[in-house]
Amino acid sequence: MTEAECAECGATLDLADDLETGEIIDCGTCGAELEVIDVNPPVLDRAPELEEDWGE
Amino acid sequence: MKIGILYSRIRKDEKLLLSELRERGHDVTKIDVRKHQFGLHDTTAPVDDLDIVVDRCLATSRSLYATRFIESYGVPVVNSPETAEICADKAKNSLALAEAGVPTPETKVAFTKESAMDAIESFGYPCVLKPVVGSWGRLMAKIDSRSAAEAILEHKATLGHYEHKVFYVQEFVEKPGRDIRVLSTDGEPVAAMTRSSDHWLTNAAKGGETQAFELDDEALELVAKASDAVGGGLLGVDLMETGDSYTVHEVNHTVEFKALNGTTDVDVPATVVDWLEAKASEKTAAEAVA
Repeated sequence: MTEAECAECGATLDLADDLETGEIIDCGTCGAELEVIDVNPPVLDRAPELEEDWGE
Repeated sequence: MKIGILYSRIRKDEKLLLSELRERGHDVTKIDVRKHQFGLHDTTAPVDDLDIVVDRCLATSRSLYATRFIESYGVPVVNSPETAEICADKAKNSLALAEAGVPTPETKVAFTKESAMDAIESFGYPCVLKPVVGSWGRLMAKIDSRSAAEAILEHKATLGHYEHKVFYVQEFVEKPGRDIRVLSTDGEPVAAMTRSSDHWLTNAAKGGETQAFELDDEALELVAKASDAVGGGLLGVDLMETGDSYTVHEVNHTVEFKALNGTTDVDVPATVVDWLEAKASEKTAAEAVA
């Protein structure tokens, strides 16, 4: 288990070992959606807003 | 095999796929399309040595362009840009299904509020208005009255992107509170599930409850035909039960499968990777002949 800082509120997040660059995680403190920018060491940034053409 | 994954967001679906590919020892290159440029003859994306590229772009616009460019470099890509172009647009999707003789809900496209209202009135109420590009059940409207239709059409015409002025009007299909999602590889079903809800929208993304579903012969045939109609590939074919038969309302080209994987006994990522390995082998065999 590794840790990283929420880019929105600064809280410390516990991260899973199978973290992937490009994955989105939620901050348990402020609820922000965060994108994993790097995994070694873990870096989080605010995730992009939902776009109209997203989907399957 | 050397496999590239086009993405801009890693969902649980991509994590399942990545995990299966790595467990089998494949050489996986993740390609974040946001970080690259695609030129007429080459790209900054590391695709040259890849046996196959899988499009898992979350954004339809990126999926359409990235696959087209990568195919132009001679790198096999699934799904193909031709399949993506049909599946990304509900009007093209409906036309392809109808042209292939696949039963699909009656649909009309109109370009003005007035002609869209005529289309709506011709269907009667309720009927359905959908965006031509969109997913997860977003911006779908079940229209119960003329006054509701007038309001929705005015909002779309006034507030919307130009694509919202392509009015896609469809008959409302009375389904039994559920629809059917089939994941297929070149028309061969991997697994199927129902998505149930009290709401008229039953998408898993809208919270529809999922349950494994056994396809009968008719459904199997329709899935194969629907897949062929859009050019094949790794697809999510959506059917509705109409009492004594089925209607296929759409085929999805960057299909999500995490809900299906959790609902059925099938190891979905393993089956998908089996198929990808076969596709990559086809390419290797073709090169050996050449």
